[in-house]
Amino acid sequence: MLLKQHDKESLQRDNSVLQVRNLKKYFPIASPFGRVSGHVKAVESVSFDLFESRTLGLVGESGCGKSTTGRSILRLIEPSDGSVIYKGEDVLKLKQKQFQKYRREMQMVFQDPHSSLNPKKRIGELIEEPMEIHKIGTKSERMERAMDLLRRTGIREDQYFRFPHEFSGGQRQRIGIARALAVDPSVIVLDEPVSALDVSIQSQVLNLLEEIQDEFKLSYLFISHDLSVVRHIADEIGVMYLGHMVEKAPTDDLFANPLHPYTQALLSAIPIPDRKQRRERIIIKGDVPSPIDPPKGCVFHTRCPFAMEQCKTVTPVMQQHSTGHEVACHLY
Amino acid sequence: MVITNDAQVNELSLLEKNVKKERRKLLVKRFVSNKTLVTGTAMLVFLTLFSFAGPLISQFSPLDIDPANRLQGPTAEHWFGTDNFGRDLFSRVASGAQVSMGVGLSVAVLTAIIGMVIGLYAAYYSILDHVLMRFSDALMAFPDILLAIAIMAVLGPQPVNVVIAVTLAKIPVVARIVRSSALVIKEQTYIEAMRAQGASSWRIIWRHILPNTVSPLIVQVTYVFAIAIILEAALSFLGAGVPAPDPSWGNILFDGKIVIYNAWWMTVFPGAFIVLAVLALNLFGDGLRDLLDPHSNKAIKE
Repeated sequence: MLLKQHDKESLQRDNSVLQVRNLKKYFPIASPFGRVSGHVKAVESVSFDLFESRTLGLVGESGCGKSTTGRSILRLIEPSDGSVIYKGEDVLKLKQKQFQKYRREMQMVFQDPHSSLNPKKRIGELIEEPMEIHKIGTKSERMERAMDLLRRTGIREDQYFRFPHEFSGGQRQRIGIARALAVDPSVIVLDEPVSALDVSIQSQVLNLLEEIQDEFKLSYLFISHDLSVVRHIADEIGVMYLGHMVEKAPTDDLFANPLHPYTQALLSAIPIPDRKQRRERIIIKGDVPSPIDPPKGCVFHTRCPFAMEQCKTVTPVMQQHSTGHEVACHLY
Repeated sequence: MVITNDAQVNELSLLEKNVKKERRKLLVKRFVSNKTLVTGTAMLVFLTLFSFAGPLISQFSPLDIDPANRLQGPTAEHWFGTDNFGRDLFSRVASGAQVSMGVGLSVAVLTAIIGMVIGLYAAYYSILDHVLMRFSDALMAFPDILLAIAIMAVLGPQPVNVVIAVTLAKIPVVARIVRSSALVIKEQTYIEAMRAQGASSWRIIWRHILPNTVSPLIVQVTYVFAIAIILEAALSFLGAGVPAPDPSWGNILFDGKIVIYNAWWMTVFPGAFIVLAVLALNLFGDGLRDLLDPHSNKAIKE
């Protein structure tokens, strides 16, 4: 039995594609004369793993650092500290030039499908461009692949020469996904990929994402503030609050048994379609503290209904509560 | 799908052709429905024809002096009359159009190219931005005409030097327009998407930012064209422009100034052409702005 448990864990470790450890991003606040007067602590020691063909959802309210985390991994924003290990190499230590070959492996899909496609380019060119940058294939091979990707993402091939403004939001997001797939990546950071879309279109795009995940063996980092969307697509969920990851658990586990008081409050905010069924809403008081000067100890203690004396001084660390279920809280 | 198949290649190029044809048809439709643009274009075509055909139709050379017939009013022989040396004013105004519009066009093209490069790089590299924009502030602090006169004084009165002087005076205007729209484009998500792909700065600047700044640039350049014509006329009028005896609208006006009370035609005809040219370019510029703005699709009349 013990051996079996061990096997399971090592198997998981083997399939881990990307390991993020203690990722930090502080944005300096400069006065008009260039003197740094403080830091916005956007991401504070975030760690997680991405597994092959699996999805990690990152949830939290706006400003909690989930997008910054995603962008830091791709080095669109240079992280302040920490490591991102891909195929055994810490990609944050590489120079931009050396990192170039890893960009191929890590792609991104953006939130706003209207501004993420250059309006002056034909969609065919848009999909071919990443291949051109990474010098993949000949011109006709690239064109062939672009056509193929259009078809797979549900756009007719004869739309190849059209401009982005001729498509709807959902179609544009499909084009954005096709562009991310063009260079055959293994990790895709999805930054709120469906939140700008209509609900009916959301599910179509989510289904597409699930289809291609199996087909291309992709690991997703799915950033969203919409819990029901994340519940649908993610295998594992990380909850973030004020730059910290406060809880991480397999999706079903998290919804069935939320441990952190913040997660509990967050889950209680999901509306229930049935009017008769009432649920006790946990309403947290006050505003999110400023990330410039976050509270000492546990960042949530200023609003936590269960705050203890210990919470004000000692920062809780992530601890395994049950298999795969980690929480950073003094209650456990 | 394998594209090496000939039939499919044909099908694809046919498709591309169709899409382009469709787009061209739409463009023609929008052009025709845009009255300002049509008027401006028509006037510009007329002026161009006039400047090239005028000296050919006229039986007089713009430089032939005929003192016996000096300062004659418009007649069947001399359509615009003659000037104080008895030169035919029609052929002078027509070849003056070549000079004035030629200077204007050269200035427009040069400021467009140089201003575009400066604007794009200033927008992309913030350190460069500080340096270049302080230079342009300094240039813009001078009144155009004063700056142009100073440059002409150094370089000497030559049509080429007029182009250089006016270009230098107008580069900051174009550079600022390009810079300001490039700054907006630079922050768009699709630029970030390109960065996520590891695209080089060269690619981002020239392949992604540039195409999106072209429309404001073109519109601005037509205005620079108009201003260059006025500046050239002003310089020639002040004697710091195109040197006599070569005609330009400005120095015909200068010659006419002394005799303004007894020979109105020497002031009215070149003056009217300056007005016409500037009006034509402004209408053209306004019309072009509407045409290039994607939100003006609603302007199409069925």
